Amino acid sequence: MTPKSPIYLDHAATTPCDPRVVEAMLPYFTKSFGNPGSRNHSFGWEAEEAVDKAREQVAALIGADEKEIVFTSGSTESNNIAIKGAAYMYEKAPAGSPPGTRGHIITAMHEHKAVLDPCKRLQKEGFDLTILEPPADGIITADMVAAAIRPDTILVTIMWANNEIGTINEVPKIGALCHEKGIVFHTDATQWAGKMPTNVEADNIDLLSLSAHKVYGPKGAGALYVRRRKPRIRLVALQDGGGQERGFRSGTLNVTGIVGLGKACEIAKAEMDRDGERLLKLRRKLEDAVVSQLDSCVINGHREKRLPHITNISFGFVEGESLMMAIKEIACSSGSACTSASLEPSYVLKALGVGDELAHSSLRLSLGKWSTEAEVDYTAEAIVKAVKKLRLLSPLYDMHLEGIDLSKVEWAHH
Amino acid sequence: MAYSDKVIHHYEHPRNVGNFGTQADVKTRRDIGVGLVGAPECGDVMQLQIKVNQSTGVIEDAKFKCFGCGSAIASSSLATEWLKGKTLDEGAAIKNTQIVEELSLPPVKIHCSVLAEDAIKSAIADYKAKNGIAADATPAVAP
Repeated sequence: MTPKSPIYLDHAATTPCDPRVVEAMLPYFTKSFGNPGSRNHSFGWEAEEAVDKAREQVAALIGADEKEIVFTSGSTESNNIAIKGAAYMYEKAPAGSPPGTRGHIITAMHEHKAVLDPCKRLQKEGFDLTILEPPADGIITADMVAAAIRPDTILVTIMWANNEIGTINEVPKIGALCHEKGIVFHTDATQWAGKMPTNVEADNIDLLSLSAHKVYGPKGAGALYVRRRKPRIRLVALQDGGGQERGFRSGTLNVTGIVGLGKACEIAKAEMDRDGERLLKLRRKLEDAVVSQLDSCVINGHREKRLPHITNISFGFVEGESLMMAIKEIACSSGSACTSASLEPSYVLKALGVGDELAHSSLRLSLGKWSTEAEVDYTAEAIVKAVKKLRLLSPLYDMHLEGIDLSKVEWAHH
Repeated sequence: MAYSDKVIHHYEHPRNVGNFGTQADVKTRRDIGVGLVGAPECGDVMQLQIKVNQSTGVIEDAKFKCFGCGSAIASSSLATEWLKGKTLDEGAAIKNTQIVEELSLPPVKIHCSVLAEDAIKSAIADYKAKNGIAADATPAVAP
């Protein structure tokens, strides 16, 4: 059976809103439109009640107390508030001190730019930064973090699961290590939260970022978990204004978005086990179908320690953008430079030591709640057909078949 | 990115795909000029081969293979079409700007047309070198 086209396999980029989420949001656009900050009339109370409920729903998803949830516009903002806010609060020396003296921060090369860039800004402002290089399987272990910790380390920020390859870092162990050493631990859980069981107590998290639109909620809404006890984490607020969200994030609350986030978290909590199990089977089916029919394919990142719904495959001797053109009815992503604004291939794959030529040849396929077996079968078939077609066009595949070692050829770089 | 219809047409129906023999074969054939430009780590490699009538100096046939994005494939496909029936000098006069215009390439894809021009020049230079023809005023490889 040919599934309905186009097929959406880019759920790591964003997800459609669950109709139940939209349903929950609708009254707050028109009827219950009040500002939760309005303390003296029923419109305000109604909105506040909705926000409180959403706070409980988000807290329940990650095993937190509702007082520990700060609503934001999404993970990028959450990461900025967490990383910069913690660095400024726990700094060893004030602004203007010599380079490297304000405190030491640890992160990793294959973090999202929304973590790396705030860290790099702090480095310019006088903090010292260690960027861990992941091994080929993409997994940051507690041992790697332990080896980088110094007496002046104030913050460790390591994502829970990677957005391009889906690999899962040793977050609970890294958290335990940080707690033992008295270091603040932040995790960007954008791809993880709502997909995998999370408990900020058992998993030793101090600060956690999440976004609604990755879990079938609306874009423009997210949350930051800020631990309140053992230890109490304090942050310097980045945005000044009305002092909403206990001063962590001034600005009128995005009530509709927050209601949507809350509902999305409630649904995710109830359905993640069933969805995860189903998607893992589908992902394996997709990978097996492709790898069994094509030579010179590599699944990037650790084979097992990965999210159930993301796969990243490099198809040797075929360029990613042209591959996406050949399967244009399937929406996915590529690590190819030609698909990025920077004309650089994926820095995440490069960080894993995947050669540039294989980074150019990669596709990320990410499944979602409504992905079907028919879609997966169709996609596998379309990819196999496209790769075979493009390899007929590829001078590199000819050379490979002729036994020429491509790494030994003197290429005319341009 | 939205491509022009011409790019999509070349991509879906590439003209003159292939080669005149293995890498080792074509190296020894004096009627064949080979251009291999780009690098896998840059995401583009073009291989262009021309078959030249050694008495008239006319390019009788041209074949390409390309590892690269849709516009790289289209640029090299177009180059083979344009080269057929041209003399070496006429072939060497093809400019990347003509390819950009013909395919309506967006600015971010201009390097694909530059690579195609390089491939043309490099194939012609290879033929000339094999046949002891001095490279003329036209530079063999774009700077």
